[in-house]
Amino acid sequence: MSFSVTEPSNRTKWVAGTAVVLYAVITILPLMWIIATGFKSPADSISYPPKILFEPTLEGYVNLFTQRTRLNEEDLAALPPPETWYDEMVREQGQVITGASRYGERFMNSVIIGFGSTFLCMVLGTAAAYAFSRFRVPLKDDLLFFILSTRMMPPIAVAIPIFLMFRQLGLNDTHLGMILLYTAVNLSLSVWLLKGFIDEIPVEYEEAALIDGYTRFQAFYKVVLPQAATGIASTAIFCLIFAWNEYAFAVLLTSGTAQTAPPFIPTIIGVGGKDWPAVAAGATIFLVPVMVFTILLRKHLLRGITFGAVRK
Amino acid sequence: MIHTPMDKIAKATPEPMARKVRGLSDRTIAWIFVAPSIFLLLAVNIFPLIWTIRLSFTNYKVNRPNREIDFVGLRNYERILTDSDTWMTMQATAHFLIWTIVLQVLIGFALAYLLNMKFKGNDMWTTIIVFPMMLSPAVVGNFWTFLYQPQIGLFNYVVTFFTGGDPSSFSMIGDVHLAPWAIVIADTWMWTPFVMLICLAGLRSIPDSIYEAAECDRASKWRQFWTITIPMALPFLMLAVLFRGIENFKMFDLVVQLTGGGPGNTTTLTSIDLKREAFEKWRTGYSSAYAVILFVTVFGLASIYVKALNKVKER
Repeated sequence: MSFSVTEPSNRTKWVAGTAVVLYAVITILPLMWIIATGFKSPADSISYPPKILFEPTLEGYVNLFTQRTRLNEEDLAALPPPETWYDEMVREQGQVITGASRYGERFMNSVIIGFGSTFLCMVLGTAAAYAFSRFRVPLKDDLLFFILSTRMMPPIAVAIPIFLMFRQLGLNDTHLGMILLYTAVNLSLSVWLLKGFIDEIPVEYEEAALIDGYTRFQAFYKVVLPQAATGIASTAIFCLIFAWNEYAFAVLLTSGTAQTAPPFIPTIIGVGGKDWPAVAAGATIFLVPVMVFTILLRKHLLRGITFGAVRK
Repeated sequence: MIHTPMDKIAKATPEPMARKVRGLSDRTIAWIFVAPSIFLLLAVNIFPLIWTIRLSFTNYKVNRPNREIDFVGLRNYERILTDSDTWMTMQATAHFLIWTIVLQVLIGFALAYLLNMKFKGNDMWTTIIVFPMMLSPAVVGNFWTFLYQPQIGLFNYVVTFFTGGDPSSFSMIGDVHLAPWAIVIADTWMWTPFVMLICLAGLRSIPDSIYEAAECDRASKWRQFWTITIPMALPFLMLAVLFRGIENFKMFDLVVQLTGGGPGNTTTLTSIDLKREAFEKWRTGYSSAYAVILFVTVFGLASIYVKALNKVKER
């Protein structure tokens, strides 16, 4: 090993490592608690002291996806025997399944609106970023700053006129309305990030392509797009995560058909009071995809969260 | 490679001419590429903004569309700025803003400093620490109400495990003195990694050679920290504060799910107050004026701050 005056000693490293691991364990505890609560029975979830060891059950997940009513024992006994494992599980609580809950629907809304807005945002954002990166656009700096400033407004402040506008256009509580809205909100991020990624691709590649007889369009999609693929992919994931997590617009502008999961999850209640295992199950299903994306994105994370202001 | 006569002409002609020969000019393409984005932003951001400004001078109420709209001049602005509730809200926001930034900068910088020691596995731990900030604030806020439950909540249990006492003796979100801290803790838990990541980039941008030179001059580690590390990481720290400042000034989702603005009005941040005025009391004109005031505040503070940031960068 080479000697360096700036390299910390092994002991210092050990102390630093321990401190960081300690913080990481504390910070991950609430997350682990969400996941664990999803597998508890309602009684275990509200026990005192809080239970760390418990018998895992899928009750929370079953309750999340179903609507149930409580029956008295005679009526329960009169029913035909349960057909499925989840039927049986619900019967043991003295309840019967009356139908599917809204969770699946809300989750699908999140998927449709998330992917729809991300796709649209990438199409518009890549084109704009390419133009800002390569051409002399009049008032370029002003336009770029304008695009960034749209992100500074508090969502509630923007929501008032958007609510009025959507009502006029019949876009309130529609998938299309939410897709357009999230696309507009995410454009600032995607234009700024993608411009940074495209700036890093040497102009010489395109110039070579242009000399070889490619038109600008061809040079754009045959040379620049493949080069920018990683940047586009990570920008897309950032846009998706934003749309996925967004709450303020969703709670104000959607109620039934186009409501996404974040405003819905906190409203989950069981038969008689808050059903925390079901809430935790809903949260787990909703949060885990983002955690997977975070692992995939770790190299571009910093860039994404600072709108490309900091590049490692 | 295809050699058409067109290409030969193109190659023989000077650059600008050549481009014209090969189809659309760059200028046209630039406009085709930029226009849709600008158009969408105008439609979804600027047009509503202008509409908000116009509404802010009226007594319009969305739930009474048939009522005659009166122009009331600056009366909405006057009422907001002289209302003591507004200032209470501003105070709550300031408390939240200042303490979250202080805590996040201190903890975030310390973590970044430790991570920069490059011990084994620091990448993996960085990723684990980062998880909270990627999650949906509303869902997280909702779950923190569970963690904060007296007696059954994990938070109270862990705190009393170390300090002693009864876990049911205090309620983080039910107590007027504790609730403002409950939202600070939850936000700090969520966003410290953000500051940490930016600080880490700042620390990594300092070249080793500077430390080596300081070491040759026998500068103490303490001195190196204050004369090299801090000044060189400062622009990054300030950037982190800018982002957190703007985000927390707008804060809505996490806090509205966690405390709903209560108890009383102790955690009613400006966005929550605005939401009540606009979507519960339906005072559209009044809340439009409120929105304009907020926007001017964010924009003004951010512009001043960016100027300061640029000065620090130039140094």
